[in-house]
Amino acid sequence: MSMLWILLLAAIPLVILAMFSGALLGFAEVRFKVEGNPIADQLNDILPQTQCGQCGYPGCRPYAEAIAAGEKINKCPPGGESTIAAIADLLGVEPEPLDAEHGVEDDVPLVAFIREEECIGCTKCIQACPVDAIVGAAKQMHTVISDECTGCDLCVEPCPVDCIDMIPVETTINDWFWQAPSNNLELIATDRQTVTGEPS
Amino acid sequence: MNLTLHRFHGGIHPAQNKEQSTHQPIKSIPLPSQLILPVRQHSGTPAKPIVSVGDSVLKGQVIAEAVGHRSVPIHAPSSGVVSAIEDRTTSHPSGLPELCIIIDTDGLEQWCEHPNLFNKTDCQSLSDLPNEEILEHIQNSGIAGLGGAGFPTALKLYKTKHHTHTLIINGAECEPYITADDMLMRERADHVIQGAQILLHLSEAKRCLIAVEDNKPEAIRALHESLQVLKVNPAIQIVSIPTVYPSGGEKQLIKILTGEEVPTDGIPADIGVICQNVGTAAAVYRAVYFGEPLISRITTATGDAIKQPGNYEVLIGTPLPHFLEHTGYIAQQPERIIAGGSLMGFTLPELNVPLIKTSNCILAPTTSELPLNDLAMECIRCGQCVSACPQGLLPHQLYWFSKAQDHEKAEQHNIFDCIECGACSFVCPSHIPLVQYYRHTKGEIRTERLAQQKSEIARQRYENRNERLARIEAERAAAREARAKAKAEADALREKQEAEAAATASPDSQIEDLERKILAQQDRVTKAQKSHQAAQEANLDTADILFKAVEKQQTKLQQLEQELIALRNNVTQEN
Amino acid sequence: MALLTISSPHTHNNNSTTKVMLTVALATLPGLFVLTGFFGWGTLINIALASVTALAFEAATLKLRQRPVSFYLKDGSALLTALLLGLALPPFTPYWVTIVAVGFAIVFAKQLYGGLGQNPFNPAMAGYALVLVSFPVQLTTTWALSTQMSGQEVLSFAETASAIFTGLPVADAYSGATPLDVYKNLISSGTTDSAANQNTFNGWLNGGWEWANLAFLAGGLFLLYKRIITWHIPVSMLIALSLCSLIIGWDQDLYTPLSLHLLSGATMLGAFYIATDPASASTTPRGKIIYGAGVGVLLYVIRTWGTYPDAVAFAVLLMNFAAPLIDSWTQPRTYGHKKAKRGLPKAN
Repeated sequence: MSMLWILLLAAIPLVILAMFSGALLGFAEVRFKVEGNPIADQLNDILPQTQCGQCGYPGCRPYAEAIAAGEKINKCPPGGESTIAAIADLLGVEPEPLDAEHGVEDDVPLVAFIREEECIGCTKCIQACPVDAIVGAAKQMHTVISDECTGCDLCVEPCPVDCIDMIPVETTINDWFWQAPSNNLELIATDRQTVTGEPS
Repeated sequence: MNLTLHRFHGGIHPAQNKEQSTHQPIKSIPLPSQLILPVRQHSGTPAKPIVSVGDSVLKGQVIAEAVGHRSVPIHAPSSGVVSAIEDRTTSHPSGLPELCIIIDTDGLEQWCEHPNLFNKTDCQSLSDLPNEEILEHIQNSGIAGLGGAGFPTALKLYKTKHHTHTLIINGAECEPYITADDMLMRERADHVIQGAQILLHLSEAKRCLIAVEDNKPEAIRALHESLQVLKVNPAIQIVSIPTVYPSGGEKQLIKILTGEEVPTDGIPADIGVICQNVGTAAAVYRAVYFGEPLISRITTATGDAIKQPGNYEVLIGTPLPHFLEHTGYIAQQPERIIAGGSLMGFTLPELNVPLIKTSNCILAPTTSELPLNDLAMECIRCGQCVSACPQGLLPHQLYWFSKAQDHEKAEQHNIFDCIECGACSFVCPSHIPLVQYYRHTKGEIRTERLAQQKSEIARQRYENRNERLARIEAERAAAREARAKAKAEADALREKQEAEAAATASPDSQIEDLERKILAQQDRVTKAQKSHQAAQEANLDTADILFKAVEKQQTKLQQLEQELIALRNNVTQEN
Repeated sequence: MALLTISSPHTHNNNSTTKVMLTVALATLPGLFVLTGFFGWGTLINIALASVTALAFEAATLKLRQRPVSFYLKDGSALLTALLLGLALPPFTPYWVTIVAVGFAIVFAKQLYGGLGQNPFNPAMAGYALVLVSFPVQLTTTWALSTQMSGQEVLSFAETASAIFTGLPVADAYSGATPLDVYKNLISSGTTDSAANQNTFNGWLNGGWEWANLAFLAGGLFLLYKRIITWHIPVSMLIALSLCSLIIGWDQDLYTPLSLHLLSGATMLGAFYIATDPASASTTPRGKIIYGAGVGVLLYVIRTWGTYPDAVAFAVLLMNFAAPLIDSWTQPRTYGHKKAKRGLPKAN
């Protein structure tokens, strides 16, 4: 038997195996195709949609696109640590602490409130609101649709008479729920320092 | 007819502690001087007050009306004057204030007109009336489930696409300490049976099962006797079920009696079952036969800190301090008052709250009776909770996920199927407040979902706005372009006309024309120079731009002057 | 005035983790008595030594981890780990081997994972496995022989103690390998038959080992009665072991017989006290059956084809690896659900 023949004999099964595996991979590619959102869409889903622009972009969508293009992930104060963690998880990068340059995370959600007797009806806040949550007309009193307000506070600055306050959203019986049980023993020593703020 | 009973998974056998409050018959307490009526005493939409401060109200008068179907009206439990409509702390674990109507009673107990259903409609029996009318009467009587959840009673009975085969009247009362239903069945068994008959008529079910745990033999005996005396519909049957907590839970009771399970995302009606509490049945009876709206209920007062434990018929809205005063309460240190039983009841955040339609028990324990939870130890995954859980959950895993805030896994392990019965915490050797963990996690998940919905709406509104702004901008741009085009066309036309005119016009008139233009241009130059000067003096940034404008106008002027010279030369040459 | 606000339930069945630990400890007493009766003081001394060491290590690590020491010491879990190790180790184990095993069990297998309930592996078995692979000689030749096996009186307390604390080898007449080990050696040398079997083990129920296992079985039944453990793990483990033995090892000339598998070595101790250690075992009802069967099969496989005389530690530790996976794939069907959920949550 010639050398060539032996080589051929060895090659045939390999070729068949390769073709089979290729076909299998090709099948899997079609059959189990993951309908993936483009990454910017997924990032946009994670961002809090306050449209506040504190990140330096004119809304959540532009920031999502910027992150997809390599922007830092820690510029969203309304989303805070949890949003950063979710983005880090999605992108498979290390979470970073919130960049204080862009603001700090609020403890409670805020909502804009117009002191209506002081409003002069200049419509400046209406133009500033990124989610159309302020209604009113020129020379008429304006008001905030509090359910639609994202608490971005973009309306506060343009108001010429400073009649807009950011007030915390109050808990009602409807959305109240039990606190998690607190048990200091369940915290390990290092955690306890951060929780109570005092070394044990 | 013998019924095969089924078993549900798990369950516990806590100490009953029911005996101490069954020694005395149901008593009433003196009329309180003030009644506090929260507008939300049921599950669903709060009622809307229809009285104002200062109004006199009669006993049984509607003071707040239902808002939609998931709501019931509220009636004045006694006659008096509305002294305030304001936020007060109510019987809720949060201690958050809610709108309440406060009535200063006048002690006259003067009823408003309250005809019973038959007088109102001139009918002799229920079968003469359409179901809708009976249901409306029940709805208008303000009846919501008296077992604890306070679900509007009539709402459960409206026809659905599922045919109801079984009506269950829940008299299991599995929760330790509470005896309100037990005493009701013992003393007013006929009310329960008659109420059951009305409910059976309305539900059009084939059978009605009145289920009572076998630790209440007196109640069962009374029901049987009453059944014989009243000679009611033979489809009504009294079923004694084994005593195991939480057999009185709606889902568990349905499993015991029918062997079927309520689908996780459904309601009992989906499997042809309707469940009503015995107290509710009695209230329905009183509403239909006596026209009495729901203005009072039976509340158990028990616990070692109460010296006269027993059951009391109280007016809805009775302030808790008044109730405690007349049941012999001795304040403990630390003070702890539980609304409900020892397994599912909640601690009241303060004393001055009213008793409401769902207040079945006030439990005031001493610390030796119900010791405060000692420090929780770590979960050792012993699995006692798995054996105890009546819902077939894995409580220890849920605890783990709750603690780790792993909401995804908690949901995957069906945390929303937890009925918060407390069986897991009861058996936990590590004394972990498991139920509180689940409540917290459920709340967090719900809040998260709401936030997600809200952010989705915000995203849409933001995108809509951007679209709108882009559209307006595009429209403006289009209009600008159209204008420019029109102008260009007009200019072209004019130039053409001018050229034609120039060709035909006499040179003299052309010269005159140019001279006029030059004068006008000189005017423009002067104006431009003036505004430039003004800007310069005011040191404005626009000065540079204005200077350029001046130059431009001067160039134009020179052009015109040269044209004029050229024209004049032409004329001279021609001549 | 603010009242006390606590989430329900407000009542408890008064069970406690400490009580659970003590009940398990109590249930080992019959086995401990039998072991001491047949094999002398060794086991008792081991347990005493292990207990002191365990408490010391537990206290030290708790201190280092800045956790309240007395609060966690009184849960009794360290003592239980020590007790199980003391029962599992050979009676003449040198003192330093015991200390290493206990130290590893408490510090590495338990506290470094976060202490009570957080340990993915059974601490006692982790400690046992460590010393078994590290010091095989000390762990295989230091088993005591009962009077019935050696024909000698068992060693006195003082002799036993000196053997343990000096670490000097005990005379061959008093110590040796376990019956499981002996039988395996006989098989490999091709000299087993029923007669030899009779000679070696002095007949049924006569060597001490069988009695010890029966005593542990009795204690285990007590735990079942007290509902500290459920039947799933021990029953499935013993059935799996029996089935393996009956199907694979039917020829007693080639394989260790079933009676020896069930009633020798640490079978019953493993089935009722070790495999049932809740923190590291599977916790769903179906999961426990799979877990127990896994332990049983591995136990048979390692005993038969492995080099170590007994295999409870390895079988349990190997199944500990699988427990979380088993748990997530054997969730029970929740009320109102048509099907039980399985596996991990789907991404999005």
